[in-house]
Amino acid sequence: MLNFNIQEQATKYDAVIVGSGAGGGMAAYILSRAGLKVCVLEAGGYFDPADPKYSNQMKNPWESPRRGANTTRPFGDFDAAWGGWQIEGEPYTAKEGTEFQWFRSRMLGGRTNHWGRISLRFGPDDFKRKSLTGVGDDWPIGYDDLKPYYDRVDQLIGLFGSIENLPNEPDGIFLPPPKPRLHELMMKKAAKTVGVPIIPSRMSMLTKQINDERGQCFYCGQCSRGCSAYADFSSSSCLVKPAMKTSNLTLINGAMVREVLVDAKGLCTGVSYVDTRTLKEVTIDARVVVLGASACESSRLLLNSKSANFTEGLANSSGVIGKYLNDSTGASRGGFVPALMNRKRYNEDGVGGMHVYTPWWLDSRKMDFPRGYHIEYGGGMGMPSFGFGFGLEKMNGKYAYPNGSKLPAGGYGSRLKEDANRFYGAYIKMAGRGEPIPLESNYCEIDPNKVDKYGIPTLRFHYKWSNDEILQAKHMQETFENIIGAMGGVPLGDKPTAETNYGLAKPGLIIHETGTVRMGNDPKKSALNKYQQAHDVKNLFVVDAAPFVSQGDKNVTWTILASSMRTSEFIIEEMKKKNL
Amino acid sequence: MNRRESLKNMTLSAFGLAAFPSGAMEAENADKGDKKIKVPNGRTETEAVRDARINAEKFFTPNELKTITVLSDIILPADATSGSASQVGVPAFIEFMMKDQPTYQTPMRGGLMWLNNQSNKRFQKQFIGCSRPQQLEIVDDIAYPEQVKSGMQQGIAFFTMLRNFVVTGFYTTEVGFKDLGYVGNRPNTWEGVPEDVLKQYGVSY
Repeated sequence: MLNFNIQEQATKYDAVIVGSGAGGGMAAYILSRAGLKVCVLEAGGYFDPADPKYSNQMKNPWESPRRGANTTRPFGDFDAAWGGWQIEGEPYTAKEGTEFQWFRSRMLGGRTNHWGRISLRFGPDDFKRKSLTGVGDDWPIGYDDLKPYYDRVDQLIGLFGSIENLPNEPDGIFLPPPKPRLHELMMKKAAKTVGVPIIPSRMSMLTKQINDERGQCFYCGQCSRGCSAYADFSSSSCLVKPAMKTSNLTLINGAMVREVLVDAKGLCTGVSYVDTRTLKEVTIDARVVVLGASACESSRLLLNSKSANFTEGLANSSGVIGKYLNDSTGASRGGFVPALMNRKRYNEDGVGGMHVYTPWWLDSRKMDFPRGYHIEYGGGMGMPSFGFGFGLEKMNGKYAYPNGSKLPAGGYGSRLKEDANRFYGAYIKMAGRGEPIPLESNYCEIDPNKVDKYGIPTLRFHYKWSNDEILQAKHMQETFENIIGAMGGVPLGDKPTAETNYGLAKPGLIIHETGTVRMGNDPKKSALNKYQQAHDVKNLFVVDAAPFVSQGDKNVTWTILASSMRTSEFIIEEMKKKNL
Repeated sequence: MNRRESLKNMTLSAFGLAAFPSGAMEAENADKGDKKIKVPNGRTETEAVRDARINAEKFFTPNELKTITVLSDIILPADATSGSASQVGVPAFIEFMMKDQPTYQTPMRGGLMWLNNQSNKRFQKQFIGCSRPQQLEIVDDIAYPEQVKSGMQQGIAFFTMLRNFVVTGFYTTEVGFKDLGYVGNRPNTWEGVPEDVLKQYGVSY
């Protein structure tokens, strides 16, 4: 039964936080530990990877009737994300001739539950693109503003890496990195001969124990399923749950926020949400409103929060909200390495993901595209799941058996068992992740005609890659072939050409969207000031990746954590000064 | 939780020993208010309801399932190293996948029809009624994608798809893991590539 009675919660909170991912989780942690009364609203359900009820860690493929296939979860049956690019009853659209895919995880911790744990700091150059290159925009802050917070995030959450002293890849406070796997050593050796450096990756798994609440990595390679020992970073395990121990935090799951509420003076008074189970409308009163709902969701919420004082959406006098949406570029290529056939078996699951990576190594001023990319590497003797052995017929006729004989491609019988065995662990993969140029013409806006199942107007996207990103993908493909070739490997499939934008992933598929509520010093061109505080509404803050002016080629989570910590402490200071 | 405790818990739960009660939640089936569906650990309620519905449906006819079983064991027979595809439940896995990803239904059912049409033309019998040499005569015409005989392309496409399913179904079982020598998915300490392997490939730390 629908019930439109509006419920008033009696409590007035110091802060209401929308979203429990990296940004919302960090704000919850900092504010509640400072003694503020905090309410976190999460649209999805409760999740705890240490509770077997929620856990898929260490499951074998035969424990899934589809052997881990991605029928219902985009990254397979055992992946932690409850959500995906499509969620029933929560649609979005794109303007004709453009496209954007929007991934949402409806659960405590949001997308930090399944993310790749690649934990990179932005470098000094990443904050001043316009001054350095003439293209893009500068941030209102620089690396030095965030450095102390990066340092504290490193110590609070933990990550591994190596000291490299690279100018635009600042070192952190690292735990020891895991040693490279065999294919990673071979890649490193080969890449060097074609001028591509490979260094230990920087990821937030605990190769050493850092506190009593969290265990040490036990190398199952399954971080994307959620860790029962909390040995990797997810917002739910490392921030929200510790914050709940303060007794200052109220977590409400199933709270789909409809609107930020304002008073006649133009200040926020709280938010209203739809309880996703009862469909009742509930109001939460708070002194400050902190949005960490994800770049697109936070901008949607602001654009939907219209009132007499804010006819174009809340805090949107600049008209900039929704604009400059940008996702990482992505392109990849697989390869086969004959030297790795018939390899000795041992457990090389390692941490969940790569042990090495390539930071951007070239001078962008000498390229025909303005921004760089990093390379992520895959391969090895991973756990078989759905899709294992598909396409064996493309390989098994090409390569001789150990006794020198060859058989025609395809076939049947015991030879297939030998084929599965000899090719196992001989494949590699490379994926580039690059910095896009944020454009005003790439944006999300409220679809004038559509609502979701809660009656909340939905987003319509308008997004097109520019030639800058396409040429970057072209360069990625050249690099991949160079490295595969230097390893004595064979690139798989056809080399992507101009017709497919050189394999450039469609916008949104890399799930690094940022930039829809940008910060800046000029209130005419930005929605937030340098503390991620709304120019128009002083008790409104955004702590996800929406404020970011650009995203480097660095996965944004670590920067979300650092800037959310900085903003949260600003809120505390402003409250102390009675400015809020 | 310290490392030792987490290792202990992992070992127990990983192998399904009773470290915890099965913990399955009771959930109402939205369609049948009176029928309870158990939500297995790690699943959402929506997924559990969907899986229960799929498991209650049948796709293959008994005859089709027999044909799939015969073909599965031609593709991966029992031999000195390991058991056959049907011994590890590959036909039931394929049955599930047809309902889970219905896009495969027409090529699979149509492929089986194509196969029976061939055996009827050649031997006036259904494929499963043919002798093993007769069955292999047809299979030999469709198992080698680079040796295409006229009129056999569709059969090759079918057999290639089936080979994919059989190999994937086999190697995602305990027997398959053993056949492959996969020794991961257990708590361990990663100390790097073994010394002899480093030497074999001429790499070092």
